[in-house]
Amino acid sequence: MTEKEMIRTNNLNKCFGELHVLKDINITVYESDVVCLIGASGSGKSTLLRCLNYLERKNSGSIVLEGKEVDFKKDSVNEVRQKVGMVFQHFNLFPHMTVLENVIEAPIHVKKIPKAQAVKEAKELLGKVGLDDKMDVYPSKLSGGQKQRVAIARALAMKPDIMLFDEPTSALDPELVGEVLSTMKELAEEGMTMIVVTHEMGFAREVADWIVYMDEGRIIEKANPDDFFTNPKEERTKEFLKTTALK
Amino acid sequence: MDLPSFGHVFQTLLDSRNLFFDAMMLTLQLTVVSIIFGIVIGLFFALLKISNIKILGYISDAYVYLIRGTPLIVQIFILYFGISGIFLIPDFWAAALALAFHNGAYIAEIFRGTIQAVDQGQMEAGRSLGMTKSLAMRRIILPQAFRRSLPPLGNQFIIGLKDSSLAAFISMNELFNVATTLGSNNFDEMTYLIIVAIYYLLLVALLTWVVNSIEKKLAVSDR
Ligand SMILES: Nc1ncnc2c1ncn2[C@@H]1O[C@H](COP(=O)(O)OP(=O)(O)OP(=O)(O)O)[C@@H](O)[C@H]1O
Ligand SMILES: [Mg+2]
Repeated sequence: MTEKEMIRTNNLNKCFGELHVLKDINITVYESDVVCLIGASGSGKSTLLRCLNYLERKNSGSIVLEGKEVDFKKDSVNEVRQKVGMVFQHFNLFPHMTVLENVIEAPIHVKKIPKAQAVKEAKELLGKVGLDDKMDVYPSKLSGGQKQRVAIARALAMKPDIMLFDEPTSALDPELVGEVLSTMKELAEEGMTMIVVTHEMGFAREVADWIVYMDEGRIIEKANPDDFFTNPKEERTKEFLKTTALK
Repeated sequence: MDLPSFGHVFQTLLDSRNLFFDAMMLTLQLTVVSIIFGIVIGLFFALLKISNIKILGYISDAYVYLIRGTPLIVQIFILYFGISGIFLIPDFWAAALALAFHNGAYIAEIFRGTIQAVDQGQMEAGRSLGMTKSLAMRRIILPQAFRRSLPPLGNQFIIGLKDSSLAAFISMNELFNVATTLGSNNFDEMTYLIIVAIYYLLLVALLTWVVNSIEKKLAVSDR
């Protein structure tokens, strides 16, 4: 069986001025894979995700999306972004729009699909994340977990091929983490290709196909969850797992 | 000079209401027109300022500096005598444009501040959904910025209303001009000044009410 390659980076480098944040990142993600990206604070996880979504511009190397290298000069970044959904740590819902309006905004104004169809699809998505009863509510009235599930529905409404999550549960009260993780787990089971930055080791172990461990801007180890947690190869990974096991 | 009695002021207020009515309408027109144009001008220069193109930012800075650095009456005279020397421009529009450009500088600063105060994550969320920068600006950032601009805009409207009295100096028959003219014709300046103050207070109350109701209407998402 040959798997379809969804996203690949070749020697990706990113600097903020003098600070070299990503160093020769080579990563390949295949269709329906769930990759959990873990690592200490400041290791460059967010920066990597943001580069994959072009919120940051790489300095060198290349990003290949579904077999096609993305060229800033030729390709419209906005079209590329439609294939890659992103969920943020702080939700970033649009506060001046209701839940439903948040979800239909991009399909209507970016994809130009008819409003009736956008509403219909949005209602289905909101049903899927368990929030169809909150459709006409403004985000300020939602709990953190509900906000994040709306944010997931909003990203899914663009029918992306890949979903990026940057610490989607880090800003949540502990009792709200579960509902978001189970929404993500469902998404993974439906075959969505996902890259998830997370500190939730339980989730990573259960849902991920691959764990990628980053340290100081480099990928140190990539392994399946069982090997990674029980039998890490790299010294630095072992150190990191010791510190997280203590938590 | 003695203060006029309450009864006298009240009687004069009633007697002069037809004379003041036109003046009040002119003041209102000057104010509303200059505010609407001021908002357009202000938004334009605020967007120049926050664009990533340096030269546009400098142009915006220069405009704000020129306007804030010179008295309004000088600006009105320059527009009135300067422009109408080159091509004919009705007095009303000379005054309205001068007021609009004046208000515009302050409104530009208001918009610049509130646009920059919108969380960066909003633009990123919009972009990550495939929106262009200008679409995200129009649909996501500006509506939020505009809402936060309302209280300071309301304040600027009140200032603009009172500043419109300077149009008297290019012989617009707005409130202040009518009051001083009537006052000196009747040798009763104080009475007419009190009356014109009452008109301004009424207009300010009206403007405040309008701004407040817009603010309430836009605040639904906070409820
Ligand atoms: N816009 C920026 N300008 C300058 N430096 C930045 C910027 N964004 C990130 N950095 C720096 O890049 C490094 C990597 O940051 P990044 O946010 O990718 O780390 P992270 O692995 O996501 O950490 P965390 O777990 O705390 O979110 C850090 O040293 C950070 O200070
Ligand atoms: Mg991060």
